[in-house]
Order: sequence, then C-alpha cells, then structure tokens
Amino acid sequence: MSVSQMSVVRSTEQLGKAVLDHTESWGRSWLFLFRTILAFFVPPFRLRLLLIQLYQIGVNSTVVVALIGLFTGAVLAVQAEYTLSKFGATAFTGSAVALSLIRELGPVLTALMVIGRAGSAITAEIGIMRITEQIDALRSMAVDPMKYLMVPRFIAGLIAMPLLTAIFICIGIGGGYVVGVGLLDLSSGTFLSQMTHAVGLVDVYSGIIKSIVFGFIFGWVSCYKGYTCGFGAVGVNKATTQSVVTSSVAVLVVDYFLTSILTRVLM
Amino acid sequence: MISVRNVSKRFGEQVVLQDVSLEIEPGLTTTIVGPSGVGKSVLLKLIMGIMTPEKGEVLIDGESITRARTEREKNRIRKHLGVLFQSAALFDSLSVYDNIAFPLIERGGYTREEVNERANKLITALSLRKHAQHFPEEISIGLRKRVGMARALITEPDVILFDEPNTGLDPLVGQEVYDLIKHCQDDWNFTGVVISHELPEVFQVSDKVVMLLHAQVIAEGTPQEFMDSANPEVQQFLHGRTDGPIKIQ
Ligand SMILES: Nc1ncnc2c1ncn2[C@@H]1O[C@H](COP(=O)(O)OP(=O)(O)OP(=O)(O)O)[C@@H](O)[C@H]1O
Ligand SMILES: [Mg+2]
Repeated sequence: MSVSQMSVVRSTEQLGKAVLDHTESWGRSWLFLFRTILAFFVPPFRLRLLLIQLYQIGVNSTVVVALIGLFTGAVLAVQAEYTLSKFGATAFTGSAVALSLIRELGPVLTALMVIGRAGSAITAEIGIMRITEQIDALRSMAVDPMKYLMVPRFIAGLIAMPLLTAIFICIGIGGGYVVGVGLLDLSSGTFLSQMTHAVGLVDVYSGIIKSIVFGFIFGWVSCYKGYTCGFGAVGVNKATTQSVVTSSVAVLVVDYFLTSILTRVLM
Repeated sequence: MISVRNVSKRFGEQVVLQDVSLEIEPGLTTTIVGPSGVGKSVLLKLIMGIMTPEKGEVLIDGESITRARTEREKNRIRKHLGVLFQSAALFDSLSVYDNIAFPLIERGGYTREEVNERANKLITALSLRKHAQHFPEEISIGLRKRVGMARALITEPDVILFDEPNTGLDPLVGQEVYDLIKHCQDDWNFTGVVISHELPEVFQVSDKVVMLLHAQVIAEGTPQEFMDSANPEVQQFLHGRTDGPIKIQ
C-alpha cells in the first residue's frame, strides 16, 4: 500500500470509530433515561430528596432568574417601542413584550440560565460521586443510584423549570411595563389592554410545554454526563463543560422544532 | 460462602486477573495480599458485582452475582454484604453519623432508637465520638477509614469485604480496628475478606491467606503455612526485600 492509501485507510478507520463511539454513547444515554424512568415507578418514593433538589435547583435559581427576567422585559419594551414606532404602532408594545416573553424568551432564557447554574452543579456533583466511588458504595449497599440520585434531580428539574419560567415571564412583563409606561410614556391602559387582548391561552400552553420539555433535557443531560464522567479533575471538568454545551444546544434546537410543531397544532 | 470461579478481568490491553479461582470459606476471614496494582481492589469489586468479569463468575452463598440479570437481583445478593472501600467512599453530603447510619436506614425496618443504638456502639468502639457531627472533608483520611469501617459493620452482614482497613491508621488505632474485627467475628461470625499490606500484623485476624501476583493466585494457606512457604516470591514479599523474583513495576 502506498502512503496515501494508508492515510485514507487510517482516516476511514478513525471516522468509523468516531461514528461507533457516538452511536454507542447515544444508545447509552437512552438506556440511562429508560432506567431512570423505570426507577421512578419503583418504591420507595423519596420525598425528602426531591425537596432538597427542588430547593437547590428551584429556590436557589429564583433570584438570578428574576433578575434576568426583569432586564429582558425592560429591553424588550425599548426594542419593541422602537420597531413599532416605525409603523406608528407603539400601542402594541405591551402585546409584543408579553408574546415574546411567554412564547419564546421566557422558556428559553430560563432554561439556559438554569442549565448554567444548576446543570453544571448537578454534573459536577454526580461526577465527583462517581470518581470518588460514592456511586459504587451506594450500589454495594443495594441502593439504586438511579433511584437515589437521578430521579430526585430529574423530577425537580421537571417541576422547577416551568415555575421558574413563570417567574421570569411575570417579572419580565413587569419590567416591560415599568419601562414602557414609566420611561417611554406609553399609556398604561393601552399597554395592558392590548397585552391581554393579544395573549391567548394557546400562547401560555406553548410556553408551559416548552419549559417542561426543557426541564426534561436539563435533567437528562446533566445527570447522564455526571454519571458517565471520566477519571480525575480533568474528567469532571470535561463532563461539566459537555453537559452545559450539550443541553444548551439541545434546548435551542428542540426549541425550533417545538415552536414549529406547537404553532401548527395549537393554532 | 464466596466462590470465585475462573474469573478473568482486563482493562483494554491490561490483563488484571487471569483465570483466578478462589474459595472463601464461611465464617472465616481470608486475607488477600499482593503488590500494589495487582488487582486486589478489582477482585473485591467483582465480588460485590459492581464490575463484571469477561470470563468466569462469582457466587455468593451459591447465587451468582455475575450472572444475575437485573440490578434488582444483584441487590438481593448485596443485602448480605458490607463493604469498606479503599478510599472509604463516604458520602460527602452526609455527616459522619449519617454515613454510619445510612445502610441501616436504607435497609428499613429499624426504629430510630435501634439505629441510634447500633450507630453509637460503633462510634464508641472506633473512638469517633468527637467527630460524629463532622462532614467527611473535615476529618483526616485515617478517621474516614474508621467511619467507612463502621458503615460496613452496622448492618451486621454475613459477608464483609475490607479493602485495606488499616492503611492510614496509627498503630494504636490500627490495633483497635483489628480488635473490632475479632470482636464482631465472635459476635456474629461473618465471612470476611481483608485486603492488607500489613504483614504480619493482619495475620491476627486471618484464617487463610491468599497471595495474588501476575494476575494469578500464587499461594494459598493458613498464615503459618504462608510464612513457612518455600515459594521465593512469597518470602520476598513477606520480608519486603527489593531483590528477588518480584520486580517492582
Ligand atoms: N476502572 C478502571 N479502569 C481502568 N483500569 C482500572 C480500573 N480499576 C482498576 N484498574 C487497573 O487495574 C489494576 C489493578 O488495580 P487495583 O486497584 O485492583 O490494584 P490493587 O491491587 O488494589 O492495588 P493497591 O494495593 O495499590 O490498592 C491497576 O493497574 C489499575 O490501573
Ligand atoms: Mg486496592
């Protein structure tokens, strides 16, 4: 074989290996999800662990989510007022702010925030438990790590994400109102009446569904990446980075498809 | 009680155990010795079923933990086990007391008082009283080892696996740990596996000694037979000589 033939063979081998590795890890992550869901239905139900995770993921994220919500609503009001003024339609500022927040920015920005704050923490925590043999110790005591570690985090993510999203949206609308009415001299009555007129239940449903799906992605990716963490500090570092990147990208990609589907189905 | 049958385990290219067979007799304590990296801890993990061999199987009380199809079946067998990990592997989100009480609470069926009583007995026996409310990262390695010891003993299991119970302990506490093992042995007559580098101190709790080398069992017998062994590898290891058939890798 000539040198160039050999390098072709080698690259093909490498490509094949990469594809196999990815397929394997994709399969493993589904198996992991399946086992977690199965573990959920097996007693005992650990309410105390769930409450601890709700506190860690939910309560501890409230302030930062509220803060981001406030400024997102405020900046939306400024942008909407500017754009709409070109069409002489500033009366619709309230609806523009509310619709963007409820349908899109609320669920997405909250998810990205929670992933950055709590997702990385979950991956690091489970990863460290893995490399310090704490997960092995659980198994040696006949305690299922899926049940003990994954299920509470998963469920807490599913519950906390929609609630945090709701907080984000409410405070965001408040921020939009303060800027719109207080600083940009829009009429309070118009702002509110146009908003309540434009926003329908379908928009709210769409926001809720999105946030639940994002909560699901958040729990799945952060737990899985922690559970499959490599050795040492480097392993934890890598797992945490991958966890945040994977779940953020997944949220944005899934958001596009969900939006397309929900707009069709709910309209 | 524990039969290791023709077990082979490798990590990638590295062969750690090759066709290892071992009978660990009920009610006795078997000590496993061998150079660092020979696969002692791996053998323990194969016994508790958290690693799977490529070949062979491990039977505990006649039931194969290797072949058990579901985690649930494995857990049924694991209920008979108590394990002290080499790294202690304490749960860092729980205090010393909660770490010790954890296996008993998880098992269920014990009242608060019973849990308290058993945990306190071990806390006293291992001189951990002062540290009961501390968290693992606040205490020294030797103390963590003792907490891991208490956690392994609290359920009074039929089989106890100790991975280096004495490493990191000073001679006084080290003796305390041996005394505790003997005391528990009298109390409920468990089947024990002890990994140790402490020769010959560990022989006071050993009924049988097994030496691993080059992925295989090279010697097996009572402590006396072990010390009298004509095998040059055993003699070199026992006396810690650097010159001899075993090369440090
Ligand atoms: N999870 C793993 N992945 C890859 N290799 C491993 C893994 N666990 C153990 N090994 C390798 O298996 C070999 C045996 O390790 P083991 O921990 O059993 O040694 P040991 O006999 O307990 O040594 P020591 O006395 O130092 O504790 C080592 O070379 C180690 O690198
Ligand atoms: Mg070891």
